[in-house]
Amino acid sequence: MTHTALTRSTLAAALALGLAGPAQAIEYGTLDTTASKVGFRYTQMGVTLDGQFKQFSAQLRFDPARPEAASTTFEVPLAGIDTGSPEGDDEVKAKTWFDTANHPVARFVSSAVKPLGNNRFEVTGELSIKGKTRPVSFPVTYTPGAPTATFEGALPLRRGDFAIGEGDWASFDIVANNVDVVFHLIAKPLAQ
Amino acid sequence: MTPRYTSTAIALHWLIALGILASFSLGLYMTDLSLSPTKLKLYSWHKWAGVTLFALIVFRLGWRLTHPAPALPDTMPPALRLAASAAHWVLYALMLAIPLSGWLMSSAKGFQTVWFGVLPLPDLLAKDAALGDTLKDVHEALNFTLLAMVGLHVAAALKHHFIDRDTVLTRMLPRFRQS
Repeated sequence: MTHTALTRSTLAAALALGLAGPAQAIEYGTLDTTASKVGFRYTQMGVTLDGQFKQFSAQLRFDPARPEAASTTFEVPLAGIDTGSPEGDDEVKAKTWFDTANHPVARFVSSAVKPLGNNRFEVTGELSIKGKTRPVSFPVTYTPGAPTATFEGALPLRRGDFAIGEGDWASFDIVANNVDVVFHLIAKPLAQ
Repeated sequence: MTPRYTSTAIALHWLIALGILASFSLGLYMTDLSLSPTKLKLYSWHKWAGVTLFALIVFRLGWRLTHPAPALPDTMPPALRLAASAAHWVLYALMLAIPLSGWLMSSAKGFQTVWFGVLPLPDLLAKDAALGDTLKDVHEALNFTLLAMVGLHVAAALKHHFIDRDTVLTRMLPRFRQS
């Protein structure tokens, strides 16, 4: 009896592995920059506004079998910022905002990925904007797929921590301190 | 005693007149400012004022439809009465159309209107930069039409008072001293 049950479960496991095999083997390693979207959500006197980063690039590794080993270095050239109005796009390049002449790129480098269950992960790392580096962590939802997987989430930050908006803009009465970087990333399999 | 407007109508008339004067001047001033926290603040105030005025005007229109205006003096020729009546309805139409065009322009430009930073108004239009620019022209043209109509309105009121010497102006004036 015991012997038969064991064989059966072994067989079931082998079948499951066999069936799941091709999907499990996918390790994601290339960001589809055309299909992905990275934007930000901010609040101005109670009005929620959405902006987009028109340029970004990433190095990433994600193996569904070993998610805790996943890593990414994500870069956003800030010249490609779209605040929603041409006037705003010019303004945020100024010294008081991102100072893109001296700090052209915002960068996130991951240090740890913690599985939270249900295809959710907490990603920890360091965010560098305008010459200031701060530790951040945020949840990411992973949706498996073949050939592409989706990673979605929002990274909350305080613009004051990075001196984004100085001088007249430093007060949070008009433009709020809290900003969410919202992302919807499409990852392609690692190039063989 | 000559017929007067109701005190509610008088209060609404002058409150809305002040509101229009303030938000018109603010609108004219704020658009030329370069981007700053002050500019964003003034835009919000202008939009809040617009929504408030729209609500007051809707109420006023309701009041006007249920409380007819006192009759015009018998001495006025029929053509002039007709012109006066038409001019008033054009004023009402403009007072409704201007805040509406501003609201639609905001939606098309991608900036939702949130009344006093608390009550979000739905965006009736999706973001569309070209449509936003068109609506800006519409909002502007309507405002300058209103300016011309208010000029006519004031000139007519003064003519009634100083040339015709009738009660058309005074029946809309608040009575501060009640005897």
